[in-house]
Amino acid sequence: MSDTYYNPKDLKKFEDVGEFGPELAEKFFDYYGAVFEEGALTAREKALIALAVSHTVQCPYCIDAYTTESLEKGASEEQMMEAVHVASAIRGGSSLVHGVQMMNKTKDLSM
Amino acid sequence: MKSLKTLEHKLSDPAYQLDVLNNYSEALKNQPKFKEKLEEIDLSPLKPTGIEIFQMNVGYMCNMTCKHCHVDAGPDRDEVMTKETFEQCLEALENSGVETVDLTGGAPEMNPHFRWFVEEASKLGKHIIVRSNLTILTTAPKYQALPEFFAEHGVEVTCSLPFYSKSRTDRQRGEGTYDKSVEALKKLNEIGYGKDDTDLELNLVYNPAGAFLPGDQENMEKEFKRQLDRKHGITFNNLFTITNLPISRYLNFLMESGNLEEYMDRLITSFNPAAAKGVMCRDTISIGWDGTLYDCDFNQMLEMPVADNAPQHISEWNELKLNNRQIKVNQHCFGCTAGAGSSCGGTTAE
Ligand code: SF4
Ligand code: SF4
Repeated sequence: MSDTYYNPKDLKKFEDVGEFGPELAEKFFDYYGAVFEEGALTAREKALIALAVSHTVQCPYCIDAYTTESLEKGASEEQMMEAVHVASAIRGGSSLVHGVQMMNKTKDLSM
Repeated sequence: MKSLKTLEHKLSDPAYQLDVLNNYSEALKNQPKFKEKLEEIDLSPLKPTGIEIFQMNVGYMCNMTCKHCHVDAGPDRDEVMTKETFEQCLEALENSGVETVDLTGGAPEMNPHFRWFVEEASKLGKHIIVRSNLTILTTAPKYQALPEFFAEHGVEVTCSLPFYSKSRTDRQRGEGTYDKSVEALKKLNEIGYGKDDTDLELNLVYNPAGAFLPGDQENMEKEFKRQLDRKHGITFNNLFTITNLPISRYLNFLMESGNLEEYMDRLITSFNPAAAKGVMCRDTISIGWDGTLYDCDFNQMLEMPVADNAPQHISEWNELKLNNRQIKVNQHCFGCTAGAGSSCGGTTAE
């Protein structure tokens, strides 16, 4: 067992998750591969979306992988940072918008 | 910035570079060897498919000192091809069916015999490519007039622009590079280079500014075209994506940044048999500034001349023997076979 929960070397072992259940892993990786193929969105746009989402789910493996991927797909530093801000704005905004619920409830409870 | 050679850096020794690539750590020692990979796909020994490109490295002198330079070129390098060697090259070209002459360096334009040679080679009816770093075309007046000279002789201009953003370009090639490159590209466009209605071909070379691989060439070309047109109104013909090979100053960067093992791993796991079939050493011969013959510009920098049974010097030009030689390979070759492959003309996998 490693001393920390996250080990950069484990990223490479991602494909081995099928060891404990190949059928579902295979389905997942097929799907995963298809998602990232060039489509209505370019592969670079998809890499940037993945980079933003990986900041939202705060997955260090995904941040590592999609930083490299974005660079390789030709994204600029500016584009990558803007993607992170989009994630961050949605994250912040989605907390803040619940303030409306808090305000509604407060008003319901108040005299 | 000084060249590794001037700094008397350990990595300026090609033998040490090869030792690093093969033995630097346990991980590198245990990595599969390039030769074994070729054996697995029945491509060993690697043989030429016939020389189509005559690539001359006319000197290691350069006006820049880019961080990734595999030539370790710079203003402090004084190796340049002499007129006598150029003449030997012309003689070889006259006696050969090779149609394309590819001039590289350093900054090839800095060789004092450069213009004379371009004139002579074009008299022979050869297609000439010049690998320009662009910034040289904005320095002294004698270089500023080169775009017109290129146009007169129908020279194909293939120039490096590592990225469409200023920050990343300047980081790799030095402060001010991006602005100077844009200025040179605009000038080339003005005289008809990179335009649909002329035959003046202008190609850009993209190489990653760091320890990562180049992306898909077609998509990168689209993005470069979109961005350069949007920002500066610049147009060009093709973008060639080139993988950085782990030698010289780029190797130094990989070691200093702690990226060497991972980068080699990435190159090796991305080995592509289709890209291996199309490696440029199979249809190119590389001539060093002193006339020595090499399989490619990378082998030149690693001081690995062509196999013993082939002519060693341009003065002994013998195409038949050269076409029957065995190409020398080592771990750096993984840079040519990763993903869609990499050569001076971009990707190599069909
Ligand atoms: S990469 Fe090209 S422009 Fe840069 S130092 Fe090397 S030869 Fe000169
Ligand atoms: S480095 Fe040179 S010899 Fe090796 S595969 Fe590439 S072109 Fe061929």
